[in-house]
Amino acid sequence: MSMIENGQGDALSYHQQMAQRTDAVAAVFEAHGHDVKKHIADFAHAVSERWVPENGARVVAKAWTDPVFKAQLLTNGHQAVTALGLPMPVHHRHLVALENTDKVHNVICCTLCSCTAFSIIGLPPDWYKDLEYRARVVRESRTVLKEMGLDLPSDVEIRVWDTTADTRYMVIPKRPANTAGLSEAALAALVSKDAMFGVAAI
Amino acid sequence: MDGMHDLGGKQGFGPVRFVRNAPVFHADWEVRANAMYPLAVSVGLINMDEYRYAIERMAPRHYVAATYYERSLTSVATLMVEKGWVTTGDLASNAGGSFPLAAPGVAGRSNVDGAQDYKVGDRVRVRDDWVSGHVRLPAYVRGKSGEVVGCSPPYPFPDAHAHGIEAAPEPTFDVRFRAEDLWPDSSDAAYVHVAIFRSYLRPEG
Repeated sequence: MSMIENGQGDALSYHQQMAQRTDAVAAVFEAHGHDVKKHIADFAHAVSERWVPENGARVVAKAWTDPVFKAQLLTNGHQAVTALGLPMPVHHRHLVALENTDKVHNVICCTLCSCTAFSIIGLPPDWYKDLEYRARVVRESRTVLKEMGLDLPSDVEIRVWDTTADTRYMVIPKRPANTAGLSEAALAALVSKDAMFGVAAI
Repeated sequence: MDGMHDLGGKQGFGPVRFVRNAPVFHADWEVRANAMYPLAVSVGLINMDEYRYAIERMAPRHYVAATYYERSLTSVATLMVEKGWVTTGDLASNAGGSFPLAAPGVAGRSNVDGAQDYKVGDRVRVRDDWVSGHVRLPAYVRGKSGEVVGCSPPYPFPDAHAHGIEAAPEPTFDVRFRAEDLWPDSSDAAYVHVAIFRSYLRPEG
């Protein structure tokens, strides 16, 4: 990371500088009577234990094995995942599940910022929030996916979904061949976070 | 606003810095910084549209150079100053001397008169509106024609909600565009879907 000059002329590392700014913001909450330490601990717990891609993997595996659930998921994703006991933030009022097939490939993005169904498919990694992905994937989808390691056959239609409102999207990847005998839990273990963003196959 | 954040379709960027199963956090401060905006929402200091708008108001040089977590933190700090919770000077001195914030906002707007609902299969055209305040419409679909493929429950109208203006909640419509129509002769063939507020659309034809 780059070095930044602070007001005293000392060079601090980027991470040190950002840690100081974070502490300064936290101190303002404290000064207004809010328990920042507890909030940060709760948040850290949520990002490591609750808003994890294992949630989405469970949804995908169930959709692969339970046609009734799959129909519910494709009709009303929010209702289907909350019925499984999975969390959706208050402002995520709508979840659209996008099914990949032999002829259709879905991929998600947020060109304006970083919006994601993070409580289901996990928090977005750097590449999703970086300028490169946001600028290019809507315009050069096939090229970008190929660069990222997903070389789709030319007869597969690509559908890009730009998360510009509070509707959230998740990709239901294609079920791999030769998995007929596997349990739902064993299938869920095969589902990667990247595949639920639509940038990898399984 | 036609800001630096509105990146869809911009050219000149290199490869996506992709690694499989990438980690979300790299340093402790990132987790703490990322916890600040939901805290600000939960205590009633800000709403999500104010949060997004304050990120969009960062100076372009700052926006491009900042990491995601720095952008997030800058937004919360800016709104704390604007809402009178702290002064710029106190923030900067507590942060070791420097805490660049976002630029001031401009006026917002309420719902557009005459906006209507649509059903799946309807052809729509994105209004040719030029909004200097907060707007959740990527510029690459402005004035373009597409087909409705989905509809959401009503959400707060961002153009008003980010500015503290009263407005009716609106549904959004998932509209399908052809990439070839958005960027003729200069895109990969694909369908591009954008979730578009009712006020941003008009019937086609």
